[in-house]
Amino acid sequence: MNSDLWNQIFGFDNYGQLLALVKNSIIAGALLGVVGGLIGPFVMTRDLAFAVHGISELSFAGASAALLFGVNVVAGSIGGSLLAALLIGVLGTKARDRNSIIAVLMPFGLGLGILFLALYKGRSANKFGLLTGQIVSVDNPQLLMLVIISAVVIAALFVIWRPLSFASVDADVARAKGLPVTAISIAFMILLGLATAVSIQIVGALLVLSLLVTPAAAAMRVTASPLLTPLLSVAFAVTSVVGGILLALGGGLPISPYVTTISFLIYIICRVIGSRRTRRGDTGRLVPATSGTAA
Amino acid sequence: MTPSVLRLSAATLRFGERTLWNNLNLEVMPGEFLAVLGPNGTGKTSLLKTILGQQKLSSGTIEFRGEPVTQGSRRIGYIPQQKLLERGTPLRARDLVAFGVNGHRLGLPFNSRAVRRQVDEILESVGATDYADVPVATLSGGEQQRVRVGQSIAGNPSLLLCDEPLISLDLHHQRQVSELIDEQRKAINTAVIFVTHDVNPILGMVDRVLYLAGGRFRVGTPDEVLRSEVLSYMYDTPVEVIRSRGRIIVLGAPEGYGVHDHLEHHIGSAT
Repeated sequence: MNSDLWNQIFGFDNYGQLLALVKNSIIAGALLGVVGGLIGPFVMTRDLAFAVHGISELSFAGASAALLFGVNVVAGSIGGSLLAALLIGVLGTKARDRNSIIAVLMPFGLGLGILFLALYKGRSANKFGLLTGQIVSVDNPQLLMLVIISAVVIAALFVIWRPLSFASVDADVARAKGLPVTAISIAFMILLGLATAVSIQIVGALLVLSLLVTPAAAAMRVTASPLLTPLLSVAFAVTSVVGGILLALGGGLPISPYVTTISFLIYIICRVIGSRRTRRGDTGRLVPATSGTAA
Repeated sequence: MTPSVLRLSAATLRFGERTLWNNLNLEVMPGEFLAVLGPNGTGKTSLLKTILGQQKLSSGTIEFRGEPVTQGSRRIGYIPQQKLLERGTPLRARDLVAFGVNGHRLGLPFNSRAVRRQVDEILESVGATDYADVPVATLSGGEQQRVRVGQSIAGNPSLLLCDEPLISLDLHHQRQVSELIDEQRKAINTAVIFVTHDVNPILGMVDRVLYLAGGRFRVGTPDEVLRSEVLSYMYDTPVEVIRSRGRIIVLGAPEGYGVHDHLEHHIGSAT
C-alpha cells in the first residue's frame, strides 16, 4: 500500500517516452519560470501578492467561460486577467482600498468560474486543470501563444525596469522627480495580468502565487541587490516549474503539488540562510554600526 | 538681479469652505533657505504638493524657474520623511542615490562607470560610504536620511523640498542631517524649502520663515515672524514666544506648535 502510494507520487516507468510527450510543457514551464521570476520582485515591492491571487481567480473565470463557449482558453484567461488587473490598478491605488477590491472580486471570479465549469460538458480533466494545473495540455498553437505573451512581458519589463523599480520602492520621490508614476503602475498591472494568465495555464489558478510570489520572496531573504534579486528569483522559479513537471511526470497526479513544494522548500532554505546571516550581523557594512544609532 | 527659483503670485488654496492660504506672494531665490512652519492642517504639505504640480491652486499662479509648475521636475530634489521599508526590499543605499541620478531613464539598471563614480562621490559627500551596500531597510533613521540627502542633490537641483525630514530622528541626528542639508545647499547653491513643525534644529540656517496658521500667513526673517505679537494675531489668541539658549519655544498656540508633539504629527500626516 505504502509503496503504491509512493509509486503514484513518484513514478519513473517509461520515463523517456513520457518526457518526449511533455517537451512542450517543459519549454512553457521554463519560460513561465522566467516571467514569474522577473515580475515577482516587483509584486513584492509593490505589495501586490494578494492582487495576484485576485487576478488569477478572474482569469480562471475567463478561462472557464472560454472552455464553455468553445473559444481559446488562453484568450479567455487573458481577458479575465486584464479586466481584474485594471480594476485593481485603477480603483486600488491605496493599499486598503486595493485589499477590499480584491476581496470583493476574488469570490465573484471564483463563483463565475465554477458556474461555467458546472455548465461545461466536456472532459473533466480540463476543468480541474484550470484550478490546479496541468502538463499535457500544452499543444503547439497554445505553446506559441504562451511564448509570444511571455516574450512581450519580458521585453516590456526590460524596457521599463529602472523607472518601474524607482516608482515601486520610492513612489513619492519618483513622482517629485517627474516620473509618470500612475502610468507606470497601470502598465505594470497589465504586465502582471498577462503574466498571471500564462502562469495559470501551467500551475492553475489556485497556485499562481507559487510562481509569481514565492521565488521572489525567497530571493529577497538572501539578497538586497537589485540585480541579484531577479536573477535568483528566476532561478528559483524555473527550478520549481521544470523540477515540478519532471517529478509529476511518472505519477499521473497534477503538477501543482510538486511545483508548490519545491518552491516552498526553496523559500524555507532561503529564510534559514537569511536569518543566520542576520544573527551573525552580516549586513554588508564596512564599519559595524555603533550602538544607539537606530532611530 | 538673479531670477527667482520659485514665485507664487496671489496664490490661494481652498478646500471647500476652508481657506488654507489666501493671496500668498512669495519669491524664493537661489541658495535661499526657507522654513515653512505652522500647526497641522494649515497647508504646509499642500504647499509642497502645489510646487510639485500635484495640487492645483484655487487662484493665482505658481512658477518654478520662470515657468508654470509641472508634475514634478528633475530640477527639484525631494527629501521625504524617514519611513520604514519592508525588510528584504531590493534596495541598497547606493541604489537609492542612483535613482536620484538616472531613475527616470528607461532600460535595465546597469549603470555606466560614470554614473557609478557619480554615485560614489555623492555617497562620500554625505558621509554614507561605509554603508553604501547596506539594504536601506536595515539602516538607522539618521543613516537613511543622510542617503536621502544624497539622493536629493543628485543632478544639482535648483530647489530642495524637505518634507519633515527630521521627524523620528533623535536630537543628535536632527542636527547632523540638517547641517548636511545646509552644507549641500551652499555647495550647489540650491534653494531649500523646509517644512517642519519644529524650527529649532534649523534655526541657525534659516534665511526666512513662512508661517501658516489660522488661514493667515507671515513671511519674514525668524526674528520678524517668530514674535509674540505676530503669532498672537495669527492664532487669534494670546501666544507667547520665548527665546532661551538659542531655542524658540511657543507657548499657548492652540495646536501645540513648538513642542515636540510627534503623536500629533503622525495623526496629521495620515491625511
